[in-house]
Amino acid sequence: MQIYRSHILVCGGTGCTASKSLEIISELESHINANSLQNEVKVVKTGCFGLCEKGPILVIYPEGATYVTVAPSDVKEIVEEHLVKGRIVKRLLPKDAKLAEVVTSLDKVDFFARQMRIALRNCGVINPEVIDEYIACDGYKALGKVLTEMKPADVIAEIKKSGLRGRGGGGFPTGVKWELASKPVADQKYVCCNADEGDPGAFMDRSVLEGDPHSVIEAMAIAGYAIGASQGYIYIRAEYPIAVERLQIAIKQAKEYGLLGKNIFDSDFSFDLELRLGAGAFVCGEETALMTSIEGKRGEPRPRPPFPANEGLWRKPTVLNNVETYANIPSIINNGADWFASIGTEKSKGTKVFAIGGKINNTGLVEIPMGTTLREVVYDIGGGIPNGKKFKAAQTGGPSGGCIPAQLIDTPIDYDTLIQLGSMMGSGGLIVMDEDNCMVDIAKFFLEFTVDESCGKCPPCRIGTKRMYEILERITEGKGEESDIEKLEILAKNIKASALCGLGQTAPNPILSTLKYFRDEYDAHIKDKKCPAGVCKSLLKFVIDADKCKGCSLCQRKCPTNAISGEIKKPYVIDQDKCIKCGACMDACKFKAIEKKA
Amino acid sequence: MAEMVTLTIDGIEVKAPVGSTVLDAAKSAGIKIPTLCFLKEINEIGACRMCVVDTGARSLQAACVYPVSEGLKVVTNSPAVREARKVTLELILSNHERKCLSCVRSNNCELQQLAKDLNIEDIRFDGETYDFCVDDASPSIVRDPNKCVLCRRCVSMCKNIQGVAAIETMERGFKTIVSSPFNMSLNDVPCVNCGQCITVCPVGALKEKDDTQKVWDAIANKELHVVVQTAPAVRVAIAEEFGNPVGSRATGKMVTALRKLGFDKVFDTDTAADLTIMEEGTELLGRIQNGGKLPVITSCSPGWIKYCEHNYPEFLENLSSCKSPQNMFGAVLKSYYADKMEIDPKKMFVVSVMPCTAKKFEVQRPELGTDCYSDVDVSITTRELARMIKEAGIDFNNLEETHFDDPMGDATGAAVIFGATGGVMEAALRTVADILDNTDHAEIEYKAVRGVEGIKEAEVEMGGMKVKAAVAHGLGNAKKLLDKIKAGEAEYHFVEIMACPGGCVNGGGQPIQPATVRNEVDLRAERAKAIYVEDESLPIRKSHKNEKMMKLYEEYFEKPGSHKAHKYLHTHYVARENYPDDCSEGCC
Amino acid sequence: MKSLAELAAIREKALKEISLRQSNDGYKIIVGMATCGIAAGARPVMNSFVEELKKRNLTNATVSMTGCVGVCRLEPMVEVIAPDGEKTTYVKMSPEMVEKIVVEHIVNGKPVKEYTIGNADN
Repeated sequence: MQIYRSHILVCGGTGCTASKSLEIISELESHINANSLQNEVKVVKTGCFGLCEKGPILVIYPEGATYVTVAPSDVKEIVEEHLVKGRIVKRLLPKDAKLAEVVTSLDKVDFFARQMRIALRNCGVINPEVIDEYIACDGYKALGKVLTEMKPADVIAEIKKSGLRGRGGGGFPTGVKWELASKPVADQKYVCCNADEGDPGAFMDRSVLEGDPHSVIEAMAIAGYAIGASQGYIYIRAEYPIAVERLQIAIKQAKEYGLLGKNIFDSDFSFDLELRLGAGAFVCGEETALMTSIEGKRGEPRPRPPFPANEGLWRKPTVLNNVETYANIPSIINNGADWFASIGTEKSKGTKVFAIGGKINNTGLVEIPMGTTLREVVYDIGGGIPNGKKFKAAQTGGPSGGCIPAQLIDTPIDYDTLIQLGSMMGSGGLIVMDEDNCMVDIAKFFLEFTVDESCGKCPPCRIGTKRMYEILERITEGKGEESDIEKLEILAKNIKASALCGLGQTAPNPILSTLKYFRDEYDAHIKDKKCPAGVCKSLLKFVIDADKCKGCSLCQRKCPTNAISGEIKKPYVIDQDKCIKCGACMDACKFKAIEKKA
Repeated sequence: MAEMVTLTIDGIEVKAPVGSTVLDAAKSAGIKIPTLCFLKEINEIGACRMCVVDTGARSLQAACVYPVSEGLKVVTNSPAVREARKVTLELILSNHERKCLSCVRSNNCELQQLAKDLNIEDIRFDGETYDFCVDDASPSIVRDPNKCVLCRRCVSMCKNIQGVAAIETMERGFKTIVSSPFNMSLNDVPCVNCGQCITVCPVGALKEKDDTQKVWDAIANKELHVVVQTAPAVRVAIAEEFGNPVGSRATGKMVTALRKLGFDKVFDTDTAADLTIMEEGTELLGRIQNGGKLPVITSCSPGWIKYCEHNYPEFLENLSSCKSPQNMFGAVLKSYYADKMEIDPKKMFVVSVMPCTAKKFEVQRPELGTDCYSDVDVSITTRELARMIKEAGIDFNNLEETHFDDPMGDATGAAVIFGATGGVMEAALRTVADILDNTDHAEIEYKAVRGVEGIKEAEVEMGGMKVKAAVAHGLGNAKKLLDKIKAGEAEYHFVEIMACPGGCVNGGGQPIQPATVRNEVDLRAERAKAIYVEDESLPIRKSHKNEKMMKLYEEYFEKPGSHKAHKYLHTHYVARENYPDDCSEGCC
Repeated sequence: MKSLAELAAIREKALKEISLRQSNDGYKIIVGMATCGIAAGARPVMNSFVEELKKRNLTNATVSMTGCVGVCRLEPMVEVIAPDGEKTTYVKMSPEMVEKIVVEHIVNGKPVKEYTIGNADN
């Protein structure tokens, strides 16, 4: 085996790939060759590091020096300085927002220092396309242990004891789920993996599959052993081409190594795995819809009971867990249930990966122990709100979730607290909002998503979400009536009660939680016809302050609808009937003479 | 005996078999739970949420699919449950084209009934509504998505029961629509026009193409000699349209009503059914004796014929070359009868009243007629006839009973049973057995081919040989049977296939019974019972004993299978592509 | 995969490959690789270290580079940092000296005094 003195890890996750990390890799290779370093330095394409805000990211070992927002044009300097001369290229190092200090290694940045990586343990560390690297990090040790030392019931007991709960949304205890599926006697059972991550903004499952696909494969085999299934399916959205490719490679390698297939570890246990590509319908993340889709039918939920543990895929007992849940399994087996249960809170054990986005400095992926407060996530890990703005609320749980307002920022994040607050863990999207976000508009945004993604099977969701969206649209356009709030409440309550599946039942949550915490904003839109945050266009006016206007005519020239008129060197005016409120004039004005008025 | 569990519904203790649903259990306790999408054994998907009940779970559950369990506590009538149903119904109504006054299903609409039952006074959640175009290009079926409530009974019927899958649920969310592939017209897809979708539609989103005006116009035209023929299944169903129970016979009243409508002659399609038996029986005997293509498969059902042309072209040679009784009769009317009465066939207008929407397609087939005229000019359904009777102000229930006109009004019991599944087979066996054994058998009831079982088989000894027969009704069953024959797993001499489940009595043109009735009463069985009663009531029950028909051969067609018979009474079939390249663009 | 031993063998082999991304607690061998060092022959010295470690299956040490330390006349220079932080600076290095440093210092924990900066300029 070739031993290299240095490894350069380049993030090959979707985010960094989009910002040219593949180009960086080819630049690296050509400069390394030009400097005859090809036998000393190895370039490794890894999965996501998590700090997507600063991508593309590149880490050079053994120094562990981390370079952020690297451009292909930076590569020459990195090779010539760092690799040839051993001088760190300081200008590309991350800056810690709080300390305003340059640090060499990612581990020392607050963003990482406060994290605890279990599900993401190998992401950004190993080459996901080389099974040996996974094995080097204790990969498949858990499967080996399970198959040679444990009985299926022991495995289930261990997972139950760990307190692991489903990371896909509902938070159902994983061990109990396995136990239920282990009970029925059937000629065939299935293990499925939900990789149909669909919450807007969430991408932790994609990251795990891109950075550490074997951990999911290993866990599925363990689940198969525990419940007595010999066949698994990973249902993954086709929009994740990198994850799909890495999974395909990983499955092929696992088969070559005999870690999938017949008589694994010389036991009686055989397990095979196939990929099924989904077309990206949000509802196919719902377990029964996912299985219906695997069966080749229109992806729609079916009523439960019967539950998948008894009648799942092709009406056979089936276990379905999501990617992140599976990624925890090998560590639990290797380190023991007690270790895992020591992390987190009383009822929410372990860690949770969040995709932080919105109005926050460090957008990206973080894995934190359950019970970490929202404040720590926003300020310590996320680096606070940009431009010194005020934190208003955080939205968790995607379109099924709700908002946590500023006054509850010290809330510990776990399954039960979030439910109590009218939100939910969901798959772990966390969108931060500041004073410039209109909460009615936020609710409308999520409703629009649900309206688009409703499968159309049951009327409460198909028509009900549409009607709620129409009411919100009316309110944000200043056409809301006082009875609209009552209508929203009636619809929300009854859609929750009677929709067929979880998607419909939780669709009203964004409305209910914003109504709960931000009722005043709804009232302002309806009664005063004002949008306090200045977001809803119909309720805004762009006005030129005659005192500040120098009459330069720049705004007039920028206006796409010729709504601005005036004479040079005299104050200009905006014709409100023609104005489409695009804001181009405000951006153009050098004298800050144009104001947005609520 | 199934294992029983005890549950409590609204405080009442109920015993129910394991595997049954809360809806079943509630019914047994006398508790009515409203339903919309549910249709027993056809559509059990819990989609419409009208039947939600409180089982103590986090959300309300659909009673129609919720299995009973020991100790289960169910509340079907609480403020929360009533409100949830009401809001859901209001939502459905908010996107339903509420043109009830001019809707064909007014007063026979399950949605209308629900709105009444749930005391809907106001629709609080109005908003955007569907704006799809109506697909009326098919000669048989009109599809109006603006009235559709997406209960999916039609999809289930078309796909799961009939195995045709000409319609599917498409798009998502508020844009969801039941439509044909690529939004093409039903006319351009392998729809077989069976109309089963119409009979399960709770609202007016699917209906037959209404041809009553053409009939009124013909009757009003003094130049035309307007003749009507009625199929056997019509007489056992039409009374339902006038408030009578399923399975009421009304042959005499129907004939009187037709006369009152102004038809010049009222004939019985059954006469042609007897003719069919003579022709088809001869064909069968010929193929058995001369080593021809076996099995012979019946050709009476136009839905089946089109299905075969689309999906099983390899069986086209097996099809009997006999025209369907409807068209045979039209051809006889415009040849023999026209000759005899000295009427110019071009001035004859033949109307058929059929339990069938596919007959509307059949009458348009270019090969069924001569260059100058079609065998049959217009085919209307049982429902359309009922509408004409109502429009004419005829008090159907109080009509006196009269008999069909001569010379084409006498038929046998064998012809009557054509209306039920297995009937053509039984009628053929009655005749073929007599011919082969050269006797007059007294045992004429072949019960093995009767009934609602999907595929029925019989082996009958006659003329020293064993005749193997099979009967399938519903195209899903037909598919199973054909695949078996194709795989060489079964061999038959004679096969009867009817497109509609239960045969013509349950045809796509028959009176529509709401789910409340269909879930309780097997329409197929009840209407078939009436058919067999009619059979028993007739003096002659074998086709070859029909004297009027034998006279027809004497005077005109010489003998079964003659050259002249072939010219007028037989036809041919074409293989059809499912999605030809030149089919028209989508409608919306 | 037939046994845990088979898996362990693959793990051992692979671990060597990626150990430098993980073992930050071992010895760090830092070779001065500025223009002066390279001119004085630092590259063959560095390559010798990598070879030597590989030959002996040592995973408790990494080889990296640094820039000019400022005493160019003593190049090629190599700094070895022990896990306890103890720094030893070897000067005027040649590939031939590498084996001894690896055997005595990295394996046995005893710096090779005669090559260190303290013994330079005698």
